[in-house]
Amino acid sequence: MNNPDCFHCGTKCGSDPIVFEDKPFCCNGCKTVFEILNQNELNVYYDLESAPGTIPNEIAGKFDYLANPDIAKKLLEFEDEETAVVNFYIPTIHCSSCIWVLENLHKLNKGVQTTLVNFPKKEVRITFKKNEISLQQLAELITSIGYEPYISLESADADETRVDRKLIYQVAIAGFAFGNIMMLSFPEYFQVDEFWLNRFKPFFRGIMLAMAIPAVVYSGRDYLISAFKGLKHGILNIDVPISLGILVLFVRSTYEVMTGTGQGYFDSLTGLIFFLLLGKVFQQKTYSFLSFERDYKSYFPIAVTQIDKNKTQHSISVNDVKKGDRLLIRNEEIIPVDGILLNGDALIDYSFVTGESLPLSKISGDKLYAGGKQKGPAIEMEAIETVKQSYLTQLWSKDIFGQQNKDNIKTLTDSISKQFTFIILGIALAAGIFWYFQDRSIAFQVVSAILIVACPCALALSAPFSLGNMIRIFGKESFYLKDAYVIESLSRADTLVFDKTGTITANNASEINYLGTPLSKTEMMAIKAVLKSSNHPLSRALYEYIPVKAEHEAAGFTEHLGEGISGQVQDMKIALGSAQFTGAVNQNPNQTQIHVKINGELKGMYLVSNNYRKGLNRVMDTLGKEYELSVLTGDSEGEKENLESILPEGSQIFFRQKPEDKLNRVKAFQESEKSVMMLGDGLNDAGALVQSDVGIAISENINVFSPACDGILDARSFSKLPSFLKLSKKTMSIIKISFVISFLYNIVGLLFAVTGNLSPIVAAILMPVSSISVVLFATVATNFVAKKILY
Amino acid sequence: MNIIFMLIAASLVIAILFFILFVKSVKSGQYDDVYTPSVRMLFEDELVKQKNSEPDNNQKSVN
Repeated sequence: MNNPDCFHCGTKCGSDPIVFEDKPFCCNGCKTVFEILNQNELNVYYDLESAPGTIPNEIAGKFDYLANPDIAKKLLEFEDEETAVVNFYIPTIHCSSCIWVLENLHKLNKGVQTTLVNFPKKEVRITFKKNEISLQQLAELITSIGYEPYISLESADADETRVDRKLIYQVAIAGFAFGNIMMLSFPEYFQVDEFWLNRFKPFFRGIMLAMAIPAVVYSGRDYLISAFKGLKHGILNIDVPISLGILVLFVRSTYEVMTGTGQGYFDSLTGLIFFLLLGKVFQQKTYSFLSFERDYKSYFPIAVTQIDKNKTQHSISVNDVKKGDRLLIRNEEIIPVDGILLNGDALIDYSFVTGESLPLSKISGDKLYAGGKQKGPAIEMEAIETVKQSYLTQLWSKDIFGQQNKDNIKTLTDSISKQFTFIILGIALAAGIFWYFQDRSIAFQVVSAILIVACPCALALSAPFSLGNMIRIFGKESFYLKDAYVIESLSRADTLVFDKTGTITANNASEINYLGTPLSKTEMMAIKAVLKSSNHPLSRALYEYIPVKAEHEAAGFTEHLGEGISGQVQDMKIALGSAQFTGAVNQNPNQTQIHVKINGELKGMYLVSNNYRKGLNRVMDTLGKEYELSVLTGDSEGEKENLESILPEGSQIFFRQKPEDKLNRVKAFQESEKSVMMLGDGLNDAGALVQSDVGIAISENINVFSPACDGILDARSFSKLPSFLKLSKKTMSIIKISFVISFLYNIVGLLFAVTGNLSPIVAAILMPVSSISVVLFATVATNFVAKKILY
Repeated sequence: MNIIFMLIAASLVIAILFFILFVKSVKSGQYDDVYTPSVRMLFEDELVKQKNSEPDNNQKSVN
């Protein structure tokens, strides 16, 4: 069977490609984009990369709300009588061809003046002439070539990137001060008693003080402010010891310089601030590169259709929705505010909120919550809240939606730092009292030396650096985590639960055979039309398999999770699903069968043999040695033997699990004190994913996911799963080792300080050295173990 | 050796001048995106018309 790749987007065209100018396309959309680019002589698009395009989405009516000048004003960065500038976020930008075609947008429409792409951020800034092309037309234009902009409340309200640069300035000032102060300290380091050097000492020291002031006041302010705020609430967070160190260093050094008793510790002070900030920059770059974490606000649409008293429809901004407004919500649109359903067949999908993908059907009078997606014909509802007060805006804040991370590294670090401060203050007090009676002159030196040298800065750096680097490494291997602390949960898991369909079986390339009365072409087209609306992996596989083109729409489509699907095409009532669902006789309960019933008559069935992922056996073998494995599936016992041969002895396999059953199984494991990691495809196991300690969604297409998971694993990297788990454990060991290293430094330093032997040189050396070495160790160690385990 | 006062002062002035230039360049936004310009410079300025050019002299550029 000829199955060419689409010339535009690269996906398989199936058995019936659309051919245009001798090139195959998977759909009309791709062909249209090719036509547009061809007519405007932009074919270089295809020369830069092969199959660089993305399938364009439906445009009709989608951007009508941009015609509303209030909404447009919110989105435009700049506007005057003639020109306007808008910044669109386009998630489908992924290669150099994308940059090329978007920057050549002016060739498609004269109204576009210039376009500038920001590839890492996936943004495009377009300057256009308002009178020649409107914002709405612009959005429609770029959607038509496959680059649909992602417009949300977020982008309209925010004022983000100005803050980003502050960190760069802080690092610059701290680095400038650090470098210059170190240079100016050179004469002092050598402690040579030379006439000229002594004459200029006050001058050099004065300059050092002058440079240190902006470093402390501007660059170090975040730590000082955070510590102060913490203390105001009676909390000793990790910034308290750091700020204490900074302040003590600064005060003592200023005192020494002013009274001429010493050179102070300005080099250590500015070095400390510089390295702390450098750590922050490294973290930021790592996180922004992976940007998985989306603010859930960005799922809200920005405009909604309101119906006024005269039954006319207006497009209004979400923020203008008042209590009592009547709103129209169409298929696939998100409900923007809490409200009451007035009329229509409401089938609301709350997977964004609860992770439960089974849509709930509501009747007139039922309450609808914001964040749900309507799946079905348009419905009307009355708003009972305004957007800001909506229950879900609160629910979606990360603290509540993500389960409490019990006992993670952050809490460990915070508790250590609390005790640390107490201990240090205690030691300083004790030593101070001791030396006060022994030899008063060095009492002050000892006390301040203790406070200076005892810095848990290494503590603060080791966890973020190790975790940050590991997240970056994981990301390179197509394993994307929500945040760094997921690594810790991964290292603690002892039970692995796998969903079957779509997780350990591959979605496509299943072997399918048909048994029964042969189906006519019309019948097959009808079946395909019904399959089109279903997201279930079996439906998708069957859809690919049937060798006809689907025409006509299926009316009354319903999906009965775990059972089957049904719909009506023209005059045929189609039902597809398990034997139970269609009323067929199941002679062989050990097979996965999709029975076909047309107009009440059983025609036959499709036999689906599972196609397990490559390397599954090895993955299970390796994992079986250290973890308890389990498989949950909605299928019948058909695959029992196969699964038992793949899984190690004693693994539990559960069949015929509905989504609630899966959730309950996970709960049962957790109740017997197990830490559960669940792997699913995010469709019918979303609830279980949320419930488990770590929920990973296996994805064949990274753009499709449920916010309920803690991480996404690209299906192609599935065989690396044991390595990922091993690496998480090693990362935690690395963090513990670097804790130990930083403790060692502190102990050595304290020994010197308490015995009154801490000279400026030793303190100056110890502090930056301890920070640098911990950071280096964390980075090098994580890179090293990653290389060893992954390659 | 009193000249050292002037030397230090002069070097400080130059250092601060560079610092100001650095701040200005960051403000101008050129460091906000350091990846795209590396791709952009590989594009051709003039579109080569398909019919006139030699067949297959367009190499696929490395992403």
